[in-house]
Amino acid sequence: MKFAASGSQNGENRMQTSSAHAHAPTGDAHGSHPHHDEGGFLKKYVFSTDHKVIGVQYGITALVFLLVGFVLIMCMRWQIAYPGKAIPVLGGLLTSVFGDLASGGVMTPDLYNMFGAMHGTIMVFLAIVPLAFGAFGNLVVPLQIGAPDMAFPRVNMVSYQCYAAGCIVMVVSFFIPGGAAQAGWTSYSPLATAIPGMGQTFWLVGMVLLITSSLLGAVNFIATIIQLRAPGMTWMRLPFFVWAQFVTGFLLLLAFPPLEAAGLMQLADKVLHTSFFLPTGLAMGGELANISGGGSPLLWQHLFWFLGHPEVYVLILPAIGIVGEIVACNTRKPLWGYKSLVYSVLAIGFISFIVWAHHMYLTGMGTKISTFFQTTTMIISIPSVIILTCLFISLWGGSIRFNTPMLFALAFLPMFGIGGLTGLPLGFNYSDIHLHDTYYVIAHFHYVVAPGTIFALLAGVYFWYPKVTGRYMNETLGKIHFWVSLVGMNLVFMPMFYQGMSGMLRRMSDGGAMYSIAQTPNAIGGLSATIIKLNEYVTHAAGLLALAQIPFIINFFWSISNGKKVESDNPWQATTLDWQTPTPPPHGNFETVPTVVRGPYDYSLPGAKADFVPQNQNP
Amino acid sequence: MEIPYTVEPRKDTGLYNAKVGIWLFLASEVMLFGALFSSYILLRVGADVGEWPRDLLNVPIGTVNTLVLICSSVTVVLGWAALKQNNFAKYRMFQTITVLCAFAFVGIKSFEYYDKFTHYQVITKDGKVYDGHLHSRTAEQVVLQGHEIDASKGKAEGVRKAQKADKHGKEIVIKTSDIQKIGNYGPKHNTYMSIYFTLTGLHALHVIAGALVIAYILWPGARMWKTEPERYANRVEVSGLFWHFVDLVWIFLFPVLYLL
Repeated sequence: MKFAASGSQNGENRMQTSSAHAHAPTGDAHGSHPHHDEGGFLKKYVFSTDHKVIGVQYGITALVFLLVGFVLIMCMRWQIAYPGKAIPVLGGLLTSVFGDLASGGVMTPDLYNMFGAMHGTIMVFLAIVPLAFGAFGNLVVPLQIGAPDMAFPRVNMVSYQCYAAGCIVMVVSFFIPGGAAQAGWTSYSPLATAIPGMGQTFWLVGMVLLITSSLLGAVNFIATIIQLRAPGMTWMRLPFFVWAQFVTGFLLLLAFPPLEAAGLMQLADKVLHTSFFLPTGLAMGGELANISGGGSPLLWQHLFWFLGHPEVYVLILPAIGIVGEIVACNTRKPLWGYKSLVYSVLAIGFISFIVWAHHMYLTGMGTKISTFFQTTTMIISIPSVIILTCLFISLWGGSIRFNTPMLFALAFLPMFGIGGLTGLPLGFNYSDIHLHDTYYVIAHFHYVVAPGTIFALLAGVYFWYPKVTGRYMNETLGKIHFWVSLVGMNLVFMPMFYQGMSGMLRRMSDGGAMYSIAQTPNAIGGLSATIIKLNEYVTHAAGLLALAQIPFIINFFWSISNGKKVESDNPWQATTLDWQTPTPPPHGNFETVPTVVRGPYDYSLPGAKADFVPQNQNP
Repeated sequence: MEIPYTVEPRKDTGLYNAKVGIWLFLASEVMLFGALFSSYILLRVGADVGEWPRDLLNVPIGTVNTLVLICSSVTVVLGWAALKQNNFAKYRMFQTITVLCAFAFVGIKSFEYYDKFTHYQVITKDGKVYDGHLHSRTAEQVVLQGHEIDASKGKAEGVRKAQKADKHGKEIVIKTSDIQKIGNYGPKHNTYMSIYFTLTGLHALHVIAGALVIAYILWPGARMWKTEPERYANRVEVSGLFWHFVDLVWIFLFPVLYLL
């Protein structure tokens, strides 16, 4: 009953909005809103300052790069499983683009290194962060806090444009002579400086653009959340997702500049031939390098991981926020321990700045420093476990709706759990000595990011799709996508733990075949035939995972015009303000300024007419 | 719905949007320069004995430049205060001085850069080290105005001792055929020069950017004073906050690079 009533009421709202929007002047005196109705296609979709359009721009670009990064790793997986054999389907294309680097469709070690470096870079900086922070943050945060737009709409537009420029530089770097960067996504010096060619220079220029983009974005998000909360939206009434984005904003704001500084210095090493990261006596190509020397390779690693570790939480916090929203809505009960969640996220934000050197136990930086970082690393696992526990307990006693977004959100919990717990042996410096630089590390962080963050982001796509387009995504295709992906992800990454613990190192372009016992009999510590054979199974599983994405891609485009139409503006019967707007929300989002009167998750409130009470309504 | 608090401050935070924005931006700038200062420390600690130059830069020139920037910081505040008192002419006068100070600073800094780019160090094939300003350079020979260096305790330490003993040095003629290595005090000379050029170069870019913004608000952007005076004053305030930050960076740069 309530459901139908609220639907029609919102329907009226929508009509009012559309008529008001057509006639009322939308530009304000400050010129910060362009007249959206008057602009052409370019102004509406390309040079838009509307946070929702920018969110969609970020989302589409990032999803494309998610696919690009996946294609790169599929080529690499083939090379790992069948070293020296021509890559099927894509082999011919690679030969025509990269020439000698992929002659006959076979991947050379150089091309493997290039793809490896760019897979990491693309997935982290071009796909997941923009999707988690740029896309969902832009789309959802202003709606959830009851704001008409971001605090600085034009800065927001420039932020996307810097990101797009960075993407272009990164993509172009594949096609320059010598190809793209080859020194891994971490670009350790002196290797990164010593590799000939312009790939690393392009990488650095691209990174400076991406860092500028995320800096502008972070300033904008934090200012928006501080300044533009609707009346009554106190800090403890903020939806959990907004808190997660708020802390993410601070991480980006404060952790990225050191990498920008490091990037400038590495660029100087590359272009001006300085020696920031190049030690005295460095030999390049068998000869003493013609440099002044005196630099410190460790300095690069410190500066890189000072960003790199908070970056891990940039990847995971928005995902946790999305899962929190979806879990609360689909269990029809408040998040358990909202305050603990908020304080845990804040604690993670602070502590994430003092754990970076746990990536560097094997660099010889000293045991005292290792001990410090080992301690802080163990401490940061406490708030992470609190978050996961709160989300698990939130399920208890709920009447759970098992729709596609909820399935992805539910799968996130154990997957992220596996990823997090397998990180503990890496955080202890004595066990890290054995596991460092093996496939165990790959399995660990991919469990956090791939079936963890990416599942949460996919959950977010399915969840907010109806708000953006006015139509649901297809449930059947969604469930196929989910179940096959879940199985595929685990088949891909679970064997890697075993391979890693058996001593298989990362970054070997033949998947360790050279080191196997099969090739060199009686080799001490060589890899057994079983370990090498697992490479093939993992590659097949990756193929399955690739197939699982086809229903998603079809679903994504097909549902824009053919999906089931939403019955109301609040199709999931959610409480947060993002669902109390017309669908799709017009420029300016809300017809009148919403006044918030309650916390974010008033589901199943005793005495209320429906099982949910929106933040701006009385029961 | 319009975006609120673009001009008037929000009650519970006491700030308008742009002010929150600039403080956040400055926080990230602190991290940017902080990373470079940390690099300075690590490079200096890790430098070989006697290879980290001291007393290399001209302290009187640096002091003058410091005073120029401090002066511009004062005029920025005075300009903003004049604007708040509705005295536009006075504001314009003070801010003009600010922009002129910025130009003066960059001018003096370029002179210092020029000095370093014409300062050469030559290592001959028999292991001798010569250091001084380039007098002339032909295909056959190089003429330096400077010293022969005792590099037994490090080249940088040797340069320091020689300059202390005799400031101007003498004219030295070196045959090109004897030279093993020749290079000026550009960024690649040693890690000190690298971090010196990176820090001061990045700072100079900030000075130029800040001066451009202040000049834009001062002249082409001044129309806003007629239509939205409060918003205009906010712009001046925000650009002033950035300017103070740029000055503050120099207050740290000067002792670190010139004095320590």
